[in-house]
Amino acid sequence: MKKWKRVDSLTELPHKILESAMKAGIDVDARNRSGSYMMIDHSAVIAKVNEYFKGKLEIMDTCDALMKYKWLRNYVWKLVDKEEDEYTKKADENLGGGYFLRIMKNAKIDLPLQSCLIMASENMEQNVHNIIIAEEGSNARIITGCTLHPDVRSGQHIGISEFFIKRNATLNFTMIHNWSEETKVRPRSAAVIEENGKFISNYIALKPVRDIQMYPSAICKGRDSMARFNTILYSHNGSLMDIGSKIELLGKNSKGEIVSRAIATDNSRIIARGMLIGNNSGVRGHLECRGILLDDSAEIRAIPELIGNRRDIDLSHEAAIGKIAEGEIIYLMSRGLSRDEATSVIVRGFLDVDILGLPKELNNEIRRLIEKTTTNL
Amino acid sequence: MEILRVENLHVEVEGKEILKGIDFGISKNEVCVLFGPNGAGKTTLLMSILGSPNYKITDGRIIFNGMDITNLEMNERASLGIGVAFQNPPEIIGVKLRDILRICTRKRVNEELTENELKLVEKFKLTRFLDRDINVGFSGGEKKRVEILQLLSMRPKLLLLDEPDSGVDVESLRLIGNEIQRYINETGGSALIITHHGEILEHVDAKTGFILLDGRISCRGNPGVIFHDILKSGYRECVKCLIRGAKK
Repeated sequence: MKKWKRVDSLTELPHKILESAMKAGIDVDARNRSGSYMMIDHSAVIAKVNEYFKGKLEIMDTCDALMKYKWLRNYVWKLVDKEEDEYTKKADENLGGGYFLRIMKNAKIDLPLQSCLIMASENMEQNVHNIIIAEEGSNARIITGCTLHPDVRSGQHIGISEFFIKRNATLNFTMIHNWSEETKVRPRSAAVIEENGKFISNYIALKPVRDIQMYPSAICKGRDSMARFNTILYSHNGSLMDIGSKIELLGKNSKGEIVSRAIATDNSRIIARGMLIGNNSGVRGHLECRGILLDDSAEIRAIPELIGNRRDIDLSHEAAIGKIAEGEIIYLMSRGLSRDEATSVIVRGFLDVDILGLPKELNNEIRRLIEKTTTNL
Repeated sequence: MEILRVENLHVEVEGKEILKGIDFGISKNEVCVLFGPNGAGKTTLLMSILGSPNYKITDGRIIFNGMDITNLEMNERASLGIGVAFQNPPEIIGVKLRDILRICTRKRVNEELTENELKLVEKFKLTRFLDRDINVGFSGGEKKRVEILQLLSMRPKLLLLDEPDSGVDVESLRLIGNEIQRYINETGGSALIITHHGEILEHVDAKTGFILLDGRISCRGNPGVIFHDILKSGYRECVKCLIRGAKK
């Protein structure tokens, strides 16, 4: 496996690498980003904070960070159990890097942080461990993309991510996956949210993948804490996406929301899981799962679960799967669109990014990505 | 000169014949009103003119602006100048009012609405709805305003209005009625309006009325007189009376 050299700016990297990074939502000139981290295979090529945000946030390779900060050991494998399965064990045994992001106390970061993990060697196993700490009173957005070099077809990606949202902190984390038909992906992530903290996790997967399985969880530990998972999936070319989100509401009056939108076609399968657990008084949670099947070869399975063990909680869910409503197509045709055009407008609307709670510019960037991916529909 | 001519139109919905030989026409710059009890086939007639695929034309033909459109797709009819305001429009998740107005005005995906188009949106008091999902959580009055806004944004030659006055507050009704009338005056367009209670007629100047009963057009006359007679004696009696009157 080739070792990649450190660069000072993303633009120094080969064109093909940059192109795939852009498809995963990375801003190459980084002007509209507060900082960047990029890893190719197992080499961290850049970990840099923009001048303006120095002192407000830190970005480092996890291995470097573990050497620099002894206290960081208290955060590693704290939320995800390294004995959980064969993948967590592998990630523990062969740590290949990953990012350490820390947003300092009370720092308000108005430009998103970006990170990108790229697999550039054929048939490799990429094992990463990411630690994200949002210190007290901080507020930040992170956009992270995982993708492949265009010449690479197959590989396995194991990504461990542990999020620590401290008191009164808000973290909006958006992950865009851009794999290939022959990649196997096993993210394992968990978050803990302290008093009055907010964690919004957005997951977007629009490209075919051999098989991805994940079930990230958030523990709303603090009073009045909040977690929200938004998932946008477009499964095609025989992909298997088994994706869930779990929120455990432990803190008094904590709140959880899970929203997933799934489109499946062309021999693909989606399993959309969701679980809300209400463990303290005054907690509220809602789970929404909608799926559209574009043909008869695909399958969507929605498995919503609610678990309550207190009287004074309020948990609800709604799930719906079907084809695109004929009435909606007719409506758009009456305004001048052909049937195919109407279908594509409805699909793009269904994959609406407005639910992600992102600033307008980032919203538009992701919308453009979705439009690019769905133009051939 | 007629904008629309319907000849011996027979239409089936889910295998059941609803329209049983309809003949009528609408002149350029004419506003017609279609009366009739629930289930008479009024919406079926509108949807057949529009070309909705759930309505199967088994016989007869539809001529629009001198052209036989009986076998054209809905979007082809829309581009020729047939526009509709639905009675119960669907909610579409993630599709914004702004997106639909771009479609109505035949724009490319990211092309902005013109100043004049935005002025019309403002007139309908819908500016703050532009980036909301179409019809999701809209009130009855808002939905009607959104329908008429889309319809007028398309600049059609023939306006098909399915109960524009049902479930709508008085202020919204006045607004949409006045805008429809203004559009017709300015463009010389024509309209076919379905109404049960006739409120829209206080704001829109209709010259002709029809009663549709049992899948057939039963009479033609002044809409005010017809509506008065329907209120007085009911659809069936009214039809008898006008037929008798015509025979005299």
